[in-house]
Amino acid sequence: MSGLLRICTAGSVDDGKSTLIGRMLHDAQAVYEDQVHSVRAASANRGVGPIDFSLFTDGLKAEREQGITIDVAYRYFATARRKFILADTPGHEQYTRNMATGASTADVAILLVDAQHGLRVQSRRHARIARLLGIENFVVAINKMDLVDFSRDVFDDIRDHFEELLQGARCHAIPLSALHGDNVIARSLRTPWFEGPPLLEYLETVDVTRDLTSRPFRFPVQLVLRPHDGFRGYAGQIASGTVRVGDRLTVWPSGRSARVTRIVTWDGDLEMAFAPMSVALTLDEELDISRGDLLAHDGPHAGTRFEADVVWMDERPLELGRLYLLKHTTRTLTAEVGHGLVLNQIGAITISTTRPLVFDAYRDNRTTGSFVLIDPATGFTAGAGMITAPVPESGTHAAERPVPAAERLALLARRAGSDTEAVDAVAGRSRRC
Amino acid sequence: MATPVESTAPPMLRLDHLRALEAESIHILREVVAEFERPVMLYSIGKDSSVMLRLAQKAFHPAPIPFPLLHVDTTYKFREMIQFRNETAKAVGARLVVHTHQEAIAEGTQPFAVGTERCCALLKTRALLDALEAGNFDAAIGGARRDEERSRAKERIFSVRDANGQWDPKRQRPELWHLLNARLRPGETIRVFPLSNWTEIDVWQYIHLERIPVVPLYFARDREVIVRGSSLIVQEQPFVVTMPGETPQIVRCRMRSLGCSPCTGAIRSDADTVPRIIDELVAARHSERQLRIIDHDQDGSMELKKREGYF
Repeated sequence: MSGLLRICTAGSVDDGKSTLIGRMLHDAQAVYEDQVHSVRAASANRGVGPIDFSLFTDGLKAEREQGITIDVAYRYFATARRKFILADTPGHEQYTRNMATGASTADVAILLVDAQHGLRVQSRRHARIARLLGIENFVVAINKMDLVDFSRDVFDDIRDHFEELLQGARCHAIPLSALHGDNVIARSLRTPWFEGPPLLEYLETVDVTRDLTSRPFRFPVQLVLRPHDGFRGYAGQIASGTVRVGDRLTVWPSGRSARVTRIVTWDGDLEMAFAPMSVALTLDEELDISRGDLLAHDGPHAGTRFEADVVWMDERPLELGRLYLLKHTTRTLTAEVGHGLVLNQIGAITISTTRPLVFDAYRDNRTTGSFVLIDPATGFTAGAGMITAPVPESGTHAAERPVPAAERLALLARRAGSDTEAVDAVAGRSRRC
Repeated sequence: MATPVESTAPPMLRLDHLRALEAESIHILREVVAEFERPVMLYSIGKDSSVMLRLAQKAFHPAPIPFPLLHVDTTYKFREMIQFRNETAKAVGARLVVHTHQEAIAEGTQPFAVGTERCCALLKTRALLDALEAGNFDAAIGGARRDEERSRAKERIFSVRDANGQWDPKRQRPELWHLLNARLRPGETIRVFPLSNWTEIDVWQYIHLERIPVVPLYFARDREVIVRGSSLIVQEQPFVVTMPGETPQIVRCRMRSLGCSPCTGAIRSDADTVPRIIDELVAARHSERQLRIIDHDQDGSMELKKREGYF
């Protein structure tokens, strides 16, 4: 089992996420004593009982004043069994982007829901984003069970709804009261009908092993190191797979290839390196390689059009015909989109780039399958994208790269005509860059 | 053309926790150098800076560290820190820039005369902003960790500052996966925190693993201090004087974090080696910044300082 678990929380505002996390940290003795003192003092000022657990994570003044979480807070704690990085994310719709930030690196999502309200719009949205981001393990934390008399029927009903929503993922539903600590670190006597592990025990034991090293080798070049004439090293972090001295690697998108002569690190040369190590490679041939190129044995897609699921995170809508900066691995280029999205909307869209991108599908590789869209006017990280499939270069060449009919149909259904729009946009406009 | 490696690779290779953190931090440092024209590393001489410096050596090896180190010197740092700073810069071969707010010092700024808040605002925050402007630096790399303090827990790895060097926590950019957005508008700069995901214990374990030199003040020995409430104050500055009823005592103690000598208390400790410090931390019940007087000026004081431009 992995020694480190990355968790994110999700759910609607007021469902009690920060309170649950604060309670778990407090009961697991993962908060320090002076923090308990300062939170006790602040709780007394606000008149909310002896300890307002949400104050352990709501770190911003505006958050404490409004009693809501605005930005993701990262907490680090450890028990005897495991280390944890926990991203406590906001439930407020306005700050969905910060939830996506927390979820993008998580292994497990704790989806919180208020037992009195059941599934709300925001719980659904968060569940969907977490699934899109590739999270496969969910804790459905059904909170405030004390307010529904620990009713098993209420619990079963909400759990069934979530399991339907999260089809294909592994779900563990727990009846909780964050305020009173039921089923947080110890099994509650008030839910005798619940037989599963309480929250902390589940988190300590859940198996989330993702073996990056058995996947194909992917090495996005970050920097070319040239301290002197005799040395030319390509520095980067291995996104997946392994590499050995003597391996023949292809440089994408140029397609040239060379052999690895050295794997250089400050601690000495290596014979073999694997993900997620940061190393520098030297090759036996002088090729034109620069930042943004990808070294691989074989297999990535290279092209200027692809299909992606995009989460839009900016108040300013994603617009057809506008140019965006697209950052993918270590490469930033200009892109435009097949159709628009508004804040917090999620859509499957076609993206066209000005220069070729070398990528995998997100389900195969989170690093080479993900990108962000940056608004060039504001610099804001406006969209998060997960590549689902390459798209043939243009309509006229479509026949040369046939897509199985069923797949094509499914694609079209999801895309709702955006393909044509993209072609028109590319053909009809003069480019700025 | 293809060389399948899957078949020859062992079934499961795994980087341990510290090496995974190291690889992530190196990735961040390289992104900074690739994306910005004039980066600088804030070197505060403490344990976190010592780790950052080692990571910078690793990130660009065999090339030298491609940015200068900046120390914002309040002139009230412990003497041992300054000595260590000068020796380290020489040993690493990095260019060291030291910046002090001379006018404020000349006007007699010190914590007991103007209060800790104003003292920090002038000698640390203002001095830092002036130094960044003087060097025309577009990216400043700092050693802050998210586990230090609750407003820092909200910090991005690439964190944008406006033209006045100020932080707007409500307008932070989403930062997904390991994709760091380096795009800036005119006047904006960026603060970069490569140690975001490290904890205090990770830092010490890494120092142990890598045998990284640190300022000897971290190690317990008998020191002459003024015992003031729960604080142990080392008397280095002339304005740090005993109050009625106080006499300096010899106490076995060490610094858990390093800052200015008048405002950084020592803790009673027998931990005189790195492994003993780690043992002490594992057993510790108090968080690291408690001994920093400046974080407790008022509720949310770190956030206020950060908004104004402090690290």
